[in-house]
Amino acid sequence: MKKKRSMVHYSVLLMLALCLGLTACGDKDEPASSQTSGGDSAASGDTIKVGILHSLSGTMSISEVSVKDSEMMAIDEINAKGGVLGKKLVPVVEDGASDWPTFAEKARKLLSEDKVATVFGGWTSASRKAMLPVFEELNGLLWYPVQYEGLEQSPNIFYTGATTNQQIVPAVSWLLENRGKKFYLLGSDYVFPRTANKIIKEQLKAEGGELVGEEYTPLGHTDYSTIITKIKEAKPDVVFNTLNGDSNVAFFKQLKDAGITSADLTTLSVSVAEEEIRGIGADVLAGHLAAWNYYQTTDTPANKTFVENYKKKYGDDRVTADPIEAGYDAVYLWAAAVEKAGSTDVDKVKEAAKGLEWDAPEGKVKIDGDTQHLYKTVRIGEVEPSGQFKELWNSGEPVKPDPYLKSFTWAASLSSGN
Amino acid sequence: MKSNPWTAARIWTLIGYAAASAALFAAPLYLSDFRLNLLAKFLAFAIVALGLDLIWGYTGILSLGHGVFFGLGGYAMAMYLKLEASGGRMPDFMEWSGLTALPAFWKPFESLGFAFAAGILIPGLLALFLGYVTFRNRIRGVYFTILTQALVIIATTLLIGQQAYTGGTNGVTGYSKIAGYSISNPDTKQMLYWITAAFLIVAFIVCRFLVASRFGKVLRAIRDGENRVRFIGYNPALYQMTAFAISGALAGLAGMLFILHVGIISPSMLGIVPSIEMVLWVAIGGRGTMIGAVLGAVLMNWGKSEISAQYPDAWLFVMGALFVVVVVFLPNGVAGLFSRLTSIKRRVTGHDQEAVRNPAV
Repeated sequence: MKKKRSMVHYSVLLMLALCLGLTACGDKDEPASSQTSGGDSAASGDTIKVGILHSLSGTMSISEVSVKDSEMMAIDEINAKGGVLGKKLVPVVEDGASDWPTFAEKARKLLSEDKVATVFGGWTSASRKAMLPVFEELNGLLWYPVQYEGLEQSPNIFYTGATTNQQIVPAVSWLLENRGKKFYLLGSDYVFPRTANKIIKEQLKAEGGELVGEEYTPLGHTDYSTIITKIKEAKPDVVFNTLNGDSNVAFFKQLKDAGITSADLTTLSVSVAEEEIRGIGADVLAGHLAAWNYYQTTDTPANKTFVENYKKKYGDDRVTADPIEAGYDAVYLWAAAVEKAGSTDVDKVKEAAKGLEWDAPEGKVKIDGDTQHLYKTVRIGEVEPSGQFKELWNSGEPVKPDPYLKSFTWAASLSSGN
Repeated sequence: MKSNPWTAARIWTLIGYAAASAALFAAPLYLSDFRLNLLAKFLAFAIVALGLDLIWGYTGILSLGHGVFFGLGGYAMAMYLKLEASGGRMPDFMEWSGLTALPAFWKPFESLGFAFAAGILIPGLLALFLGYVTFRNRIRGVYFTILTQALVIIATTLLIGQQAYTGGTNGVTGYSKIAGYSISNPDTKQMLYWITAAFLIVAFIVCRFLVASRFGKVLRAIRDGENRVRFIGYNPALYQMTAFAISGALAGLAGMLFILHVGIISPSMLGIVPSIEMVLWVAIGGRGTMIGAVLGAVLMNWGKSEISAQYPDAWLFVMGALFVVVVVFLPNGVAGLFSRLTSIKRRVTGHDQEAVRNPAV
């Protein structure tokens, strides 16, 4: 009996040793491969390493994996056309695991161990804020693909998603003109909704709107019956929805169960895109509004091929959405800047990126040299029963990014000191 | 009969510890900046693990709320670093949240000494208070564990809700200087690494001392039979409270050191998952042995970091499999493996088997 037990233990020890051995070997491979690509610079040799850092596990993975997919697709496309500066791009993928310190750790690893030329990554503001000091310290380059709350402008980050004046502010103006003055603000309890609502409240004051209610629920909250009752009592013309993630499913289902349809009440969401519609159900969301810079239905030649290729690569049931497209843009914009600079050196690439234009799937985009944000076209869309968006309004031309809302007099108190 | 303290095994253990300490202090010689930074972070985790082991491994109280004590320490240091970085102005997130003046409770954190003391005392006192209301009322076992989980939820909700004062979900980040030295300077980082290693060694020695003392004996007696201890005439609550407070203070210390290396503290670091992870380090390393707790924290995190870099899509499965293997086949953790190996060696060389069961390994 005793002998048998110890046999089991020996075999387990052996397994453990094997596991450790495997990881140790992998470890040794790493410096070797970075040596072939040339020690100091990511660009020497015949490959260029680029980092991809999204949450592949944890709560955020549902959103971020699709962005990783589109960035990988862009890299493949660029490689198929001969790469950048005649060199193939080699992606180094890391998992941020929906944990902000992990994002900081992995960013440091990509920059100082793998010596990547640039990093595409992040989704939540918290993950970006965690990575920001690392990129500034090591003078790295981060391309951040998601709309966010603004009030930031790091010299080491390019923001390819919308800032507030390219999504929230025009949406509020449009709603005031077309849907009514009484606003109810509903959001998840974290930085983006709270900051967005602060901006909206200032804007309502300035543009003659009226605030009839403001509620925050924790991330992942699923019981909205009380809030729906409050909404019924407050009788708003518009519910401005900054809920994130699963809460949207619960909110919209319960809204429908309460007998409120898009005909009775306008809701405009800023975090519900094609991917989320798949999860919530198009029948539940039909008629509700969203504000973005890109929809799968956006009618540009570039978008036609983008959607086609994405579906071909990842399956017919997949959809494209704003952050997915912004991630794709980021790779192409970086590649164009590197070609223009003739180097992957961060400072040279930043200089070359100024004023760079590109025909993105969302239409023409241009990098604003001062803020390192993109000029983007604002689009308000209505969910169709098919689960796609019908565009109701767009800004006509790309809007200049204004992360600190300096061009809006009512926003003076928000951007003070910057 | 007086036992000789200098047995061969003891000398070898001491030599082992001395060698390990030397290796720790020499780490900047053979590790790259990035790896050194990682190791520093793991050493900070090891300090939490020490505290957890004291309370769980030796006293038999399972706390799933150490993330809170860790986080409180982290926030105390973060407040100092943020004020230092803001250079006399209000921290940026307060401005966005509409505050016009620095809240009064932030003011004292302009002093590093105050922040450091607060980072140890606040978690320690909170733990003492929690221990006072629970252990005195003989709340223990799973009920105590559930209370610690509740503490986690209260703390995270509070921190997220009070965005203007705490930075909300983003937490507090963007530091530049500590006591006048640039925090991103490699020399400062090396110094901070040494400070962390020194704190770990001091904490380790203190814990070993505590465990070997009369106090430690009572703790183990409480673990093995609380009522018996009470009947003998001790007041177990007093011992439990003290152990819990020391454990909380160590977690706070670890939190302070952690953010010096990581550069961010956010409510997610206080959450349920990190709190449970901390307990796992101790379980994997081997509870009831101090070196096990340290090894567990360092090896687990090193493994996590390496494996996730190698297999970004599948690393969770690999980690899960390793967990299962350790829990099923090494119930005493990695430290248990050592005593098993010694036992095998002794069996082979024909030594007395009784000595192997010596719990002081």
